[in-house]
Amino acid sequence: MIEFHEVHKSFGGKHVLQGVNLQVEKGESLVIIGGSGSGKSVLLKHIIGLLHPDLGQVLINSKDLSALDEEHLNEMRKKFGMLFQSSALFDSMQVWENVGFGLKRHTSLSDKEIREIAVRKLRMVGLAGIESVMPSELSGGMRKRVGLARAIAMEPELLLYDEPTTGLDPIMADAINDLIKKMNEKLNVTSVTITHDMKSAFKIADTIAMLYNGVIIEKGSPDSIKKSQNPIVRQFVEGRAEGPIVIEGIEA
Amino acid sequence: MANMIVRTIEFIGALIERPVMALGRVFLLFFSVVKEIPKPPFEIRNTIRQMLEIGVNSLPVVLITAVFTGMVLALQSYTGFKRFGAEGLVGSVVALSMTRELGPVLAALIVTGRAGAAMAAELGTMRVTEQIDALETLATNPVKYLVVPRFLSGMIMLPALTVITDIVGILGGYFVTVILLGVSSKKYMTATWSYLELQDIYSGLIKACFFGAAFTLISCYKGFYTKGGAEGVGRATTGAVVYSSMTILISDYFLSALMF
Repeated sequence: MIEFHEVHKSFGGKHVLQGVNLQVEKGESLVIIGGSGSGKSVLLKHIIGLLHPDLGQVLINSKDLSALDEEHLNEMRKKFGMLFQSSALFDSMQVWENVGFGLKRHTSLSDKEIREIAVRKLRMVGLAGIESVMPSELSGGMRKRVGLARAIAMEPELLLYDEPTTGLDPIMADAINDLIKKMNEKLNVTSVTITHDMKSAFKIADTIAMLYNGVIIEKGSPDSIKKSQNPIVRQFVEGRAEGPIVIEGIEA
Repeated sequence: MANMIVRTIEFIGALIERPVMALGRVFLLFFSVVKEIPKPPFEIRNTIRQMLEIGVNSLPVVLITAVFTGMVLALQSYTGFKRFGAEGLVGSVVALSMTRELGPVLAALIVTGRAGAAMAAELGTMRVTEQIDALETLATNPVKYLVVPRFLSGMIMLPALTVITDIVGILGGYFVTVILLGVSSKKYMTATWSYLELQDIYSGLIKACFFGAAFTLISCYKGFYTKGGAEGVGRATTGAVVYSSMTILISDYFLSALMF
């Protein structure tokens, strides 16, 4: 469903993606792991056309995203849902308007019908009775869940999660993991998650890929990643400061 | 020697690179705004909300500024004109200055300080909290959704505010000249009307329309391309007010010269 062919991307002389090759099959849950600043978010933003490659191609259902005009790109985006790291809720709108934003803009449903759908989606993520609240009054975990409800409101085929558990307490993080797993199974969607939370990765992934130095250095099932012989992957999975991955600015 | 020349050229290049790039991006934003205006869906609700924000909510400040400007204008010109016995012309001075110059410029500067700053801060916050990215992922063009309504509201509401500024300024002048300084009401009104031409009023309104487009575009540009968290939002807000005000004052001269 998603294919990356030799994707390169630079920002101001910094070569972030250096020839990424990656395939995601329909219905698969792929988790991309990698350190902070390794370009995971950049990779994710290429899938939904927020960024375009300097070199190489990103194909979604065999269509090159960069070759699409705005209208066709937006047609495609209607089938995508994205959960942002900071939730990115519109803070000038009530929760239900946030969840129903896509429906309001792209369907002819009435406000009443949109509100009903929003309430239903909110219930799916375990939130009830908050549809008229402003996002600023919600806790971080609740905002994430509202963001998830917004991402699934248009019944997408593809869900993208940008660090879904970052900044949450461990229990809330696990609840979000359960939700993602449930969404993937219940809605039968394809999903791509980026995270550096290994617990989360092992819980929600069918496949795990590691991004390091701008390329995918290993891809496999969670079990094979756990048993990986690659010292870089091992260091990251085990979460050790010593190893081949050097943290800039910290002396050994 | 050659080395020094190269370094000097490099220095000059570095100095002008950023402003030239920024100017280019403002124009690109302008073109995409123009391209998006005729395309449905028309953001009517959004536009009305912005018109309220720019026009109606700025009204109290604009009114106070206009009345006192008219008053001080009358007071100063009266003092000067009295020296050669021309106090009867105070009305003309107030009317011409307000309609041709002070009405549009004052209204534009005040609205920039209020609404322009708010625009840059709001869009800047939306940028750094990924809300603008979120709009795109929800298949919504952020220029159409955020910038077009603000741009149109600026172009519509600033001329409207200018009309009010003109009228209130002239009334302020009337108050000082007639009631405080004792020039006859008839004299003031005759002076106001006899030298005021339609062209004075509409040249002011054309200016206002241009200022409205300029300050919304610059403020939205500053907000839209904000980088670097809360500090970036602060910089964008300051930049929006500074560059918009400068653009208003500089273009004012050229527009005046053009319509002279």
